[in-house]
Formats: sequence, structure tokens, C-alpha cells
Amino acid sequence: MENRIRLLLLSAVVVMAGCSSLPWRDDQPEDAPATAAPAEGETPVVIEPQVERRDIRPAKIDTENWEAGAYIGSLSVEDFEVNVVYGGRIAYHISEDFFAEAIVGTSDAGLSSFERLSGGAPLLTDSERQFTYYSLGFGWNALPGEVFLGGKRALNSAVYLTLGAGSTRFAGDDRFTLTGGAGVRVLVKDWLAVHLDMRDHVMEIDVLGSKKTSHNYEATLSLTAFF
Amino acid sequence: MARLIACALLLCLAGVATARAEGLEVIVADPYLELRTGPGRGFPIVHVVERGANVRVLKRRTDWFHVQDADGREGWVHRSQMAETLVPAGTRLEIDDPARDDFGAHRREVGLLVGDFDGSNVITAYGAYAFNGHLSGELAVSQLLGNFSDGLMATLGVTHVPRPEWRIQPFFSIGTGFINVEPKGTLVQTPERTDQLAYVGGGVRAYLARRFIIRAEYKEYVVFTDRDENEEAIEWKIGFAFFF
Repeated sequence: MENRIRLLLLSAVVVMAGCSSLPWRDDQPEDAPATAAPAEGETPVVIEPQVERRDIRPAKIDTENWEAGAYIGSLSVEDFEVNVVYGGRIAYHISEDFFAEAIVGTSDAGLSSFERLSGGAPLLTDSERQFTYYSLGFGWNALPGEVFLGGKRALNSAVYLTLGAGSTRFAGDDRFTLTGGAGVRVLVKDWLAVHLDMRDHVMEIDVLGSKKTSHNYEATLSLTAFF
Repeated sequence: MARLIACALLLCLAGVATARAEGLEVIVADPYLELRTGPGRGFPIVHVVERGANVRVLKRRTDWFHVQDADGREGWVHRSQMAETLVPAGTRLEIDDPARDDFGAHRREVGLLVGDFDGSNVITAYGAYAFNGHLSGELAVSQLLGNFSDGLMATLGVTHVPRPEWRIQPFFSIGTGFINVEPKGTLVQTPERTDQLAYVGGGVRAYLARRFIIRAEYKEYVVFTDRDENEEAIEWKIGFAFFF
């Protein structure tokens, strides 16, 4: 039964394909005037120009305005030691001067001096000690240029400034965070860049009694690819 | 199945690789083409390609094109000079760049705003789809970071732009959504709650360059609580967005 239905469908497809390849009567008149005899008073066409129209659609040029990568470095969480931080970064280059960027990073903060000296119960649990942030913002390529490796190699580079806003989860709370920084980007290949970044994550924090502005400095080394 | 997907991926990669190697051939129509060492106006010009010569366009980064001439010399050429080159068909190379004219006629918009929601800091990511030049639907997700409570808010609304042809466009919006407020742990234990809300607002968006726009907005919210009185909140935000 199934075979019969399949046969029926297949034959329907074949018939339809055959019909669609047949010329329709309506198609004909379009070309007709070109071959028709010239009307009275008109000069007959002696030579038909045989110009081959080259209709070439320009191939899409490969644009590389996006940049994505990962970084590792050290983060000084104010009052909670310096620790390893790692994260990811994605950027969109708007012009040769400006780019938009998003960063996400995480680190495990250490013990505060108070906790270490008093020897008492810890202020934070392990999960509260995790410092996770994200920041979205803009960058400005302030000093574009080249760096020289020996006498034969010149690599494109830029010193840039960034400013962003985001949130940090630390000590059991999300905190509004402003992130400012400066970095150097060196393009090892046309599509591969090495960054050295310094950032400061500024936020209000009240873990140690009174409320204060906390500065959390970070130095990272990152590898990014343009695509 | 996994092997099939891997093969397909490999084929795709091979396709990309060959496409990259080929590039696009163009003919120099300006008196000459200046090749710089990097994609920026400050980089030195190291080669010059004369009129009539062919160059291959390898890639593009912002307004700069990485090209290679017949002798294999490579360099970066600015968009203004590339616009004066010809494709093999004899017509000018068309560079499809979003311009001022596309702003207002665009369909999609994605952006990021930062500001103040009734005393709390607010960070908003939004996406909009325009049904026509005047009317668009907007979906926004916000994170609220306050002194006494944190929250998440998701809204769906309609935005009306009376003059989509202006460079600086005022707009009006109305919508509804949900807000989830979680009081901070250090305070007296009050339960986390989710309420429906509605808003009405207005603002301006202005064309910056390329695909980018700057946007500022003001909204008034009514939160429908299950207590005796509804709550009202005022929000202002500023940020950037890009359209495509």
C-alpha cells in the first residue's frame, strides 16, 4: 500500500517537473519583436551586436569587526587578598577609533586581614567569596601605532582606554560596578591579538561594617581573535 | 550522526578557507591606491598601486580594506579610495554600509542602557523590532541594583516614533511586564516578591555613526502589588544601541 502511494507521489512530481520545463505560450511574444521584420521606414539591422553581459555580483568581502577571546590575570579584591582571575571578552569595532566591549570574569577572593588575625569564624562562606563580574562599555584607541620586534618585524598595536558599567556578585550580593581601564593590544597576526589590560572595578560595599567605595584592581593578559 | 556533522563542519570550514584565499579582484580607478601598514590613518604608506592595476581584497576591518597587489605586496586601504575601484564588470565597487539614510528605516535595534530606577542603579539590555517606520515592539530585561534590594525586570512594550526621518528622533512608549524584587540579606527578612507592572514613557534616540545610535529615555512605572496600594516608580536611562 505504502509503495503504491509512494509511486503515485513520485509520478506526480515527475509530471509536474515535466510541465514546468515546457514553454508556455505566454512566454513567446516577449522575444517576438526582435526577430520580426523591420517596419517600413526603419533601417534594417545589419549586424546584431553580440555583447556578452557580464552580470557579476561582487563577492562578499570578509569583514572582521568582531573580536573575542579569553584572559587570565590577577585581581586584588579590596581587603580580600590578590587572586587569580579568568574571564572572557567580546568586542565590536565600530570605527578605527572606537569599540564596544563586554567582559565577564570570575575569581575566588581570599581571607581578609581581620579573619586572618582574629582566627575567628570566617566572614563569608565559600560561595560568597566568589567574585564574579560583568561589564559592558566602550573603548577608545587613544594611541594606535606599531611595536618593533628586533630589526625586521613590526606589529600593529594600540593603547586604549575603556569605561563600562555592570554588576559584581560578591559577599552574597549583586553590586552596581563601574569599570575603568587601560590596555595595550598587539596584533601578532592580522586576526590574532595579545592584550595586556589594567582595570579598576569600583563599587559600594558594606561587608566590613561601614559602607565604603571599594577599588578592585585587575591586571590581565588576554588572547583574542578577530572574526 | 556525529561523524556526519563533523564532516559537514569540515566541509564548511574548507569552504570558508577557500573563500578567504580567493578574495575579490578589483581594478584601481583612482590615479593611485595607497597601501598602509595598518588599518588606521596614522600608519605609514609603504606601497602605491597605479591606476589600471588589479588588487585582491582580502578582508575588511572597520573602514579599512586589506588588499594584495599582483606582486604579492599587502597593505590597508581606506574606504574612500576603495569606493573608487572597479569590479571586473566595469562598475564601481559597491560598499554596502549603513548610513544616516538607513536610520529610521531600520527593522531591528539592540541596545544597552544604564540609569536610575527609583533610587536604584539599573542596567537594561533591549531588543526592538519595527513593524513600520513609526511603530516598533520592544523587549527589555533589566537588572536593578539598590541599597536595600536587588531586582530583575522584564517588559514588553510598543514604541512610537512620530518623525522617523529626523536625525534626533523623539519617541513615546507604553508597555507591561514583571518585576522580581529581592531584599538584601543584611536587612530584616522580607520575602522576595514578583509583581506585574505597567509603564508609560518617552525619550530620544539620535544617530551617531555607522550603525550606532545614542538613546535616552524616561519612564513612569506602576507596580500592581497585592497590598492595599500600588507602587509608583520613576526611571531614567541613557545608553547606546545599534541597528541592523
